[in-house]
Amino acid sequence: MDKFTNLTGTAVPMPLTNIDTDMMVPKQFLKTIKRTGMGKIMFFDARYNEDGSEIPEFVLNQAQYRDAKIIVAGDNFGCGSSREHAPWALLDFGVRCLISTSFADIFSNNCSKNGILLITLPKDVVDDLMQDANQAATLTVDLETQTITRPDGRTVSFETDDSRRHNLLNGIDDIAVTMKQEKAIDRHEARQRTDWPWI
Amino acid sequence: MAAPRTLFDKIWDDHLVEMNDDGTALVYIDRHLVHEVTSPQAFEGLRMNGRTVRRTDGTLCVPDHNVPTTPDRFDHIEDEDSRLQLETLDKNAEEFDLPYISMEDTRQGIVHIIGPEQGFTLPGTTVVCGDSHSATHGAFGALAFGIGTSEVEHVLATQTLRMARPKNMRIHVEGDLPPGVTAKDLILNIIGHTGTAGGTGHVIEYTGKAVRDLSMEGRMTLCNMTIEGGARAGLVAPDQTTYDYVMGRPMAPKGGTWEQALTYWQSLPSDDGAKYDKELTINAAEIVPQITWGTSPEDVIPITGTIPDPADTADEGRRAALERSLEYMGLKAGDKIAGAKVDMVFIGSCTNGRIEDMRAAAEIAKGRHVADGVVALVVPGSGLVKHQAEEEGLDVIFTEAGFEWREPGCSMCIAMNPDKVPAGQRCASTSNRNFEGRQGKGGRSHLVSPAMAAAAAVAGHLTDVRDL
Ligand code: SF4
Repeated sequence: MDKFTNLTGTAVPMPLTNIDTDMMVPKQFLKTIKRTGMGKIMFFDARYNEDGSEIPEFVLNQAQYRDAKIIVAGDNFGCGSSREHAPWALLDFGVRCLISTSFADIFSNNCSKNGILLITLPKDVVDDLMQDANQAATLTVDLETQTITRPDGRTVSFETDDSRRHNLLNGIDDIAVTMKQEKAIDRHEARQRTDWPWI
Repeated sequence: MAAPRTLFDKIWDDHLVEMNDDGTALVYIDRHLVHEVTSPQAFEGLRMNGRTVRRTDGTLCVPDHNVPTTPDRFDHIEDEDSRLQLETLDKNAEEFDLPYISMEDTRQGIVHIIGPEQGFTLPGTTVVCGDSHSATHGAFGALAFGIGTSEVEHVLATQTLRMARPKNMRIHVEGDLPPGVTAKDLILNIIGHTGTAGGTGHVIEYTGKAVRDLSMEGRMTLCNMTIEGGARAGLVAPDQTTYDYVMGRPMAPKGGTWEQALTYWQSLPSDDGAKYDKELTINAAEIVPQITWGTSPEDVIPITGTIPDPADTADEGRRAALERSLEYMGLKAGDKIAGAKVDMVFIGSCTNGRIEDMRAAAEIAKGRHVADGVVALVVPGSGLVKHQAEEEGLDVIFTEAGFEWREPGCSMCIAMNPDKVPAGQRCASTSNRNFEGRQGKGGRSHLVSPAMAAAAAVAGHLTDVRDL
């Protein structure tokens, strides 16, 4: 997993509520057995016509948003299916930070395991940042100081879960961390054999 | 005396391996179900890092999402990507020496139907799967939730997950469900109350008379769609109904171990006075058959209701979503939902693909006929459900009434296989998601109970099953 310390880039607005992972990566793209190459197909149905040409109205097809690195999103972003293809597509597109009033649980876990930072903020603050995104403004997100710097130089503070921040800042793979706790897992399994032998 | 604990607290305590320095917990996972869509990258990760599967006996693999449901599937699978994904699961199960129910096996079916059927899902266990509808298994009083592919890899390698402790929520359903109103209507009604984010961060325990009176099948339907309310897991405390269902299943404990397990299971229900972080009470008697009109499961109304007007919604983002829904669904605010013409009907999925669902639909289909121009599919959730239904003659009832009787799989719930709702067509479906394009690009889905779906098939339009 790549480290996340700070990020400066264009913010793109996606104000719709309940944007689900089916919308981000439609099912026909779940048939891959790889993790890469999904940036091109992200938001496929909203982004492309039947004949494969781009739908010009869709934000990601507009020149100023083609290199967006940050999404400012409507409430409950990432709901629905557990598909990790959604964060894989975001990463492949180049988005490493999302800002909203809330994110769905599984999506949020999947993002943190892929080095994507999710920032949850109150509605009025998200509304301000949405205004910035509407102007295709550049935001700077600093995870160390937990601040977002807006184009006019004002800053917004945010909070993140300690463990997620630690893992993101250091690019740590969860499995490696857990494997160091093998003795504790062995102990649990030993207890299982006596107390719950049917498991 | 120890503080009173909820069912969730008890399962959590007995699976806590240790608290991590960062405040998260390391939780032991007893049961891991694996299917072909969310596992290839996880197995690839194991291979790349030279890791193995820690508990092959705690893992069960079965293909479901991509399998066609027509009988010719045993000869050839047309779609190349689907075939590759299915073959990849075959190979991974073999390479990592994992228990595997192949497509040719009569026990094959949807993961969430196989687990309970085989007795792999047991009360008081932790159950995960790379699929959000893992919540289904909570019907047994198991802590069950969906995980992403990185977590699938983590469970395969370590048999644990690192996670923050979720909060407790209780939804108490008092009274009795009226005739013609099912577990599906109950959960749709609940989502209508809570919204799709109402349960976020919580594990929901369902209590009350209406829940206790549900069969295991009904409880599975209820817990299945808990994820649509934003909660990762739903729970129903185990009781005699649970034990009767589990007893004698192939992977369930036997003999002396059964007795030992039973004693443990009986200790699991929430203690009197246990605290929940959030509570909601619902009166079952007030619920009528439910139907979704839009493209989010929270867009739910009674079948007797009218389609809401986005102009009545203050929140801008929500209003835009509602307007978009209406347009996508080809519906007009203020119209009655009943009467909208349907082109397709789908009866199946992990929400409603079990034997009782087949029976409920057959009861409506019996002696009637699918309306002209309507294509109606009945897809049993597993080979064993199919077999049982055929023993009872349900297949004959369906085919005589003009329904198609299929091989088991996820089918039109997700349309990764050849079963799809064509663009612009309207489908009454017993599945769990009405998202745009979920059942096929441009397809319009209305989520309903099996009886309501069968009623729509014979009427040719959305209709109140109680009027038949
Ligand atoms: S039936 Fe539908 S919801 Fe259930 S596992 Fe299959 S695709 Fe997912």
